[in-house]
Amino acid sequence: MTKYLARRLLGAIPLVIGIATIVFFAVNLAPGDPTLRFLAPGMNQEVIEQMRANFGLDQPMHIRYVKWLGAMLTGDFGYSFSHSRPVLAVLRDFVPNTLVLSAVALVVAFVLGVLLGTIQAVRQYSKVDSGLSVVLLFFYSMPSFWLALMLILTLSLFARNVWELPIWFPASGMVSTDYEFLSFGAQLRDRFMHLVLPTLSLALVLTAGIARYMRGSMLEVIRQDYIRTAHAKGLSERVVVFKHALRNALIPIITLVGLYIPVLFSGTVFIEYVFAWPGMGRTIYEAILTRDYPLVMAGSFFFAAMVVVANLIADVLYAIVDPRIRYE
Amino acid sequence: MSSDVGSLVVEHHQGTSRGGRLLSAILPGLPQLLAGRWGVGSAALLTWVGLLWIVVARPSRVASALGGAWDEQLAVGTLVVGLSTAWLWSWRDVAAAHEVKRVGVSVWELAVRAFSKNRTAVAGLLVIVGLYVIALLTPLVAPYDPAFQGDLLRERYVSASAAHPLGTDQFARDVLSRLLYGARISLLIGFVAVSISVTIGTLLGAIAGFLGGIVDGVIMRFVDMVISFPRLVLLITIIALFEPSIFLITAVLGLTLWPGTARIVRGEVLSLREREFVQAATALGFSKTRIILRHLIPNALGPVIVAATLGIGNTIVLEAGLSFLGLGVQPPTPSWGTMVADGRNVLLNAWWLSTFPGLAIVFTVLSFNLVGDGLRDALDPRLRS
Repeated sequence: MTKYLARRLLGAIPLVIGIATIVFFAVNLAPGDPTLRFLAPGMNQEVIEQMRANFGLDQPMHIRYVKWLGAMLTGDFGYSFSHSRPVLAVLRDFVPNTLVLSAVALVVAFVLGVLLGTIQAVRQYSKVDSGLSVVLLFFYSMPSFWLALMLILTLSLFARNVWELPIWFPASGMVSTDYEFLSFGAQLRDRFMHLVLPTLSLALVLTAGIARYMRGSMLEVIRQDYIRTAHAKGLSERVVVFKHALRNALIPIITLVGLYIPVLFSGTVFIEYVFAWPGMGRTIYEAILTRDYPLVMAGSFFFAAMVVVANLIADVLYAIVDPRIRYE
Repeated sequence: MSSDVGSLVVEHHQGTSRGGRLLSAILPGLPQLLAGRWGVGSAALLTWVGLLWIVVARPSRVASALGGAWDEQLAVGTLVVGLSTAWLWSWRDVAAAHEVKRVGVSVWELAVRAFSKNRTAVAGLLVIVGLYVIALLTPLVAPYDPAFQGDLLRERYVSASAAHPLGTDQFARDVLSRLLYGARISLLIGFVAVSISVTIGTLLGAIAGFLGGIVDGVIMRFVDMVISFPRLVLLITIIALFEPSIFLITAVLGLTLWPGTARIVRGEVLSLREREFVQAATALGFSKTRIILRHLIPNALGPVIVAATLGIGNTIVLEAGLSFLGLGVQPPTPSWGTMVADGRNVLLNAWWLSTFPGLAIVFTVLSFNLVGDGLRDALDPRLRS
């Protein structure tokens, strides 16, 4: 196991460096210059040259690449042009928010997906099964940004202004403007209410995919002999399904974690943009638009590293929960 | 008369046949519908009636389109081809109704049979074909020009009415017309981008799987890298650095989506290359190029077709997402993603602006997913019941 882990970790390093290299050259080969945003009409050419030199843009690309890679390996991500702060400080502000949002969404998606998939499998070919299939495929085909807008429209705007429901959810930000003046309990509630709509928009699209896999996986498991034995012993349906079948049916679902993490992070770009959520997805989008090279590269590097780590965790979990799998 | 049962039956037969031909000449598809063949019957009938309605309701537009821009001429061409296909098919179908013969059944025929039993998949296919036909016919069908602005004082953000079935937007433009023109963009980008990515992915996957060794290692490590990266971040990085345009976005989508196909094809080829027919081809001294192109790729096409169908749906969602972020199709060209974005700030006052383009995306992608699932079941003999 330790050997396997070490080999996987070593294998992940060239992967991450490779991704960083692709991003570096994609960003640096493209036309455009980050100093353009600081230019004023009638600026002296010497000043422009000085500014380019300050950012290190006057050097040839291969030199910049080696320098950048070396600096990054020592944990120095450079200086963000648009935030006028070290990139690391920017990351420290925004990364936790993205992690909270995506972790909650991932948990919601898996719990819902596993539950719905199990229900479908146990009631195969019933009306519940086909009904859920249609609804899930509908969500599966939905762009997350549109789902987000529709949730805002119904559960926030219409619920508040048109239908005048007692409960509606805030449509933007992480906390209300009067957050600092609230009591601790009210602060918790405020954070929760702000989390609901972004989480749902991110999670529901994934839920559909997970439920489809779960249905197939569960169908395979409940046809096995040991399940028939459990039924024959006179155990109730609930115990058989949730205690005996579920554990084995969950094993293939674990690999989905690794597959869905990139999808999830792609989703955060839209969701954070729509909900004005101060996270990495929105930050990297804005950084790309302002040609903030160091921040773009650091952000992409962060996403790539997270994906690699998630894949690693999924593989290790897979080995732990299924004793039949041995890695050598 | 009751004694001569045989001749009565024959006469009866001829009667339906003659009546069927007459019916088919007026309303193609109706004889098939009466015979209980709902799918093909309604498809032919709808095509005939729908296209004829355009000619009858908008004769002046059809006439002016004849000498118009290339997309208008294409629309007229579609009209003519669609009408004649529906008519000729129904006529020949009725005429040939008594001469059905079957000699042998190929793999593809088996797949077609399995697919046509799957009702939801067939429905999805009909929707897709209908969408492409409507996209081609848009210049003749759309009530307004997509860039036409109404009275900015009184006709902005008007909700659904007879004049504007889906309302108007911030520039008093007709939402339905823009939706129809937007369909052209989405379907075109989806189709072209997936064609590019499937071609590259199939070739590289087959090469990697067949040659193995270093070539395989290099290609597949690159595939690993691209797949483990959030696709949207990669796309916006590339697109934002250049000037966004339809060509750029199609090219970038096509050039970044191939790794998934490459992985699938490589897996297929790895098992195919051990089979006898490939060994026979090698023993006969065929070149590697010939073995890959003529022997391996055709046998790996099943999963590729499934992946391509599902890929078009995915690509349409991605394109809409990029346009939503302002990095895709640029205004004033209508696209579903930009239309959703246009309605974003006026959700409460003009909810239809974002809602309808989004629904269009969902139903289009849903149809592609249904067809993809149906194809997967039909093309995989293990899943066929």
